[in-house]
Amino acid sequence: MSAALLPVDADTRHVGGHEGTGGPHSKAPGHGAGGPAPKRIVVGYGFWVFLISDIIMFSAFFAAYAVLAPATAGGPSARQIFDPNNVAVETACLLSSSFACGMASIAVGQRSQKWTQLALLVTGLLGFVFLLLELREFKGLVGRGDGPTRSAFLSAFFTLVGCHGLHVTAGLLWLGTMMAQLYAKGFRQDILHRYLCFSLFWHALDIIWVAIFSLVYLVGLNL
Amino acid sequence: VFGKLTWQAIPFDQPIPLAASAIVVFAIAGVLIWVALKGYIPYLWSEWITSVDHKRIGIMYCLLALVMLLRGFIDALMMRSQQALAFNAPGYLPPEHYDQIFSAHGTIMIFFVAMPFVVGLMNFVVPLQLGVRDVAFPTLNSVSFWMTAAGALLVNVSLVVGEFARTGWLPFPPLSELTYSPGVGVDYYLWSLQISGIGTLMAGINMVTTILKMRAPGMIYTRMPVFCWTSLATNLLIVAAFPILTATLAMLLLDRYVGFHFFTNEAGGNPMLFMNLIWAWGHPEVYILVLPAFGVFSEVIATFSGKPLFGYRSMVAATMAICLLSFLVWLHHFFTMGPGGDVNGFFGIMSMIIAVPTGVKIFNWLFTMYGGRVRYSSPMLWAVGFMVTFVIGGMTGVLLAVPPADFVLHNSLFLVAHFHNVIIGGVLFGAFAGYTYWFPKAFGFSLDERLGKAAFWFWLVGFYFAFVPLYVLGLLGMTRRMQHYTQPEWHPWVLLAGLGALLILCGIGLQVAQLAVSIRSRATRREPTGDPWDGRTLEWATSSPPPAYNFAVLPDVEDHEPYWGVKLKARESRHLTEEPVYETIEVPRNSPTGFITAFFAVVTGFSLIWHIWWLVALGLVGAYATFVVLAWRDIVEIAIPSEEVARIDRANRTARAEALRGESIA
Repeated sequence: MSAALLPVDADTRHVGGHEGTGGPHSKAPGHGAGGPAPKRIVVGYGFWVFLISDIIMFSAFFAAYAVLAPATAGGPSARQIFDPNNVAVETACLLSSSFACGMASIAVGQRSQKWTQLALLVTGLLGFVFLLLELREFKGLVGRGDGPTRSAFLSAFFTLVGCHGLHVTAGLLWLGTMMAQLYAKGFRQDILHRYLCFSLFWHALDIIWVAIFSLVYLVGLNL
Repeated sequence: VFGKLTWQAIPFDQPIPLAASAIVVFAIAGVLIWVALKGYIPYLWSEWITSVDHKRIGIMYCLLALVMLLRGFIDALMMRSQQALAFNAPGYLPPEHYDQIFSAHGTIMIFFVAMPFVVGLMNFVVPLQLGVRDVAFPTLNSVSFWMTAAGALLVNVSLVVGEFARTGWLPFPPLSELTYSPGVGVDYYLWSLQISGIGTLMAGINMVTTILKMRAPGMIYTRMPVFCWTSLATNLLIVAAFPILTATLAMLLLDRYVGFHFFTNEAGGNPMLFMNLIWAWGHPEVYILVLPAFGVFSEVIATFSGKPLFGYRSMVAATMAICLLSFLVWLHHFFTMGPGGDVNGFFGIMSMIIAVPTGVKIFNWLFTMYGGRVRYSSPMLWAVGFMVTFVIGGMTGVLLAVPPADFVLHNSLFLVAHFHNVIIGGVLFGAFAGYTYWFPKAFGFSLDERLGKAAFWFWLVGFYFAFVPLYVLGLLGMTRRMQHYTQPEWHPWVLLAGLGALLILCGIGLQVAQLAVSIRSRATRREPTGDPWDGRTLEWATSSPPPAYNFAVLPDVEDHEPYWGVKLKARESRHLTEEPVYETIEVPRNSPTGFITAFFAVVTGFSLIWHIWWLVALGLVGAYATFVVLAWRDIVEIAIPSEEVARIDRANRTARAEALRGESIA
């Protein structure tokens, strides 16, 4: 559907909404002249601010990893332990999971319960496979004696990647709850707001993973 | 079954901690029994504990801060008395206990007094000043508060069960690693801060969203009161800095719990990494504390000088400049730990530059007073006391920012005097100014001015007696955190500092008396107009205490002193504005989610500290279940009928109309 088919004043970017309390001159809700922004904007905006804070937390773990990466203390270095094939499959799983989440958003837009649930199920399954692959990698390392207590490098590696894994786990819990809510409550306004936050969260995990993939795995394999 | 927890955790063999814990336990039990006997529990539960009203939550934050101030101040008195006695003698506090006291003092004063006080004031005031009904996420706000309270509770539990950290207010490794601090003290510290840190972060996100997305019609950025601007800067800093604290403490926890090597001495660990990370949070933290205080002073000085704030735009620019620069100075906390001359030079200069916007603010406040009709009510006394005191603290700060001087003075009592000078003279005086200034707004009656002024003078004089000697002692070479000493030339100054602490004790006693007297005589102190100080911003446009929905009709903002303009018009025409059309207002429904989440947070934290793993699992499952139950609610708002809105607003309008008539007769 192209935007040209819509009337000129159509709210194509969904910034207007009908819940605002801005009254007749509500041209730019939340920007002063129009009064408080509608709930949907407030929820999405607040969640973005949370995501920023989460990314800052990751940046601290990234910084620690950057400092401690050379501190192998006689143990293995990044190049000796990373398996490019495993990481490639992991990345493929996570990125296609995000794609499935995007599909779910379209299904939510169409108010199709069946397709929403299906797309979210695929999202979750791909995320779960990602998590299993990560756990397998961790288990292999620990089994070889290269666990996080081996060296500062491995501590930082396990923490950074594990923290992302923990986020994926929390995301899966959220996803399960979200699916149950969409099923039980339907496409209610507040549920849609929550779904918006979930999809933002899930895509943000991809952004973090892209950084981990590039800065930890790609750089590590070429050191 | 109970992990490391045994009866040995309770200090039966140490009389001082045992007596202290007994007093605390009996005091809490006494209060709870009194509340239960009086039948207040249902009221407290439905009106306060489960409240999601930003005003109630703000008040509870401030109350938490005041109670914890008493606890932190008792620690201070113990330190001063120990040092007074410990000249050529062991004193009465053994080293391992003294170390816990200075650690608890710093931790409590920063995280559980200063933080909740400023967060509480922002919570109460910002939505009112912005002219809106509540913060962006009311239920999350309640969760934030209760998480902070949960952290405070855990710190106090350490008094009774186990021990607190002996590592100072920031647990520098490798001392804080398991090898050198095998007890539960550091774990108490870490988990309390992790729990309350989540609360603070959530509060920051909430407030940023509120300020940027929820303002009354017409309130563009350059019409926001300066307190809202400083709150915005502070909460941006919270969002940007607190995740670093969470990550850093998580790394230390991993080191301690599962043998990782972030900061250890062996296997490549790097203690300097901790120093950099903790101060990358720690320096913005001091601006997180002081910026809201600057905002309070901006409001107070404008109101009590009867003039608009001088240099509004430069004030905003200075605030945002501090917000940015605060991230570029962290290294001055460890000039002596080997960064080298170039790096020290850069950070020394940056630290001096940050004094420039602060100086801009001081001059703006002075010029606001210049030519004004200044009323020295107690909030204004705190503000003037602040200006004098803070300038001294700022100048010793610039001195410490000179790396060669810092090499001489670091870790000495000069440093201790400097940061108390800026935190007491800046943050605490600001908090007290705000507390006195907004108290009538919060409760509908004013605090006793005579006792308030007396408290101020004891605090101010006491502050100088307590901390000027510490500057001198620092220059005489006395280092911080000394349990005993043998230098005769230090002793008289230490005694003098002890006298200062006693004067401050009188100030605190007078504040307690002020609160008690004012509550008892509240019937005669009622303030029906809602505008006791002749205020200029929107919080004074509504009744005191404001109704749950804050404003009967959202105000329309036309300039940067929105209420002052309306008031002037009313005074000129001798008429209030037309009565608005009242409508039904929907407000968020109360929720016990915050309280229950905090309960599970305490359970989880406590069992993590004592390695009771099954209870950890139980606590986490409980917290998750609480959120699912919250998410399943169908009714999230309740409606307040238009008749009720009209009744409250008409009563307030009558009082204001009477006041207006009184003025025109005078």
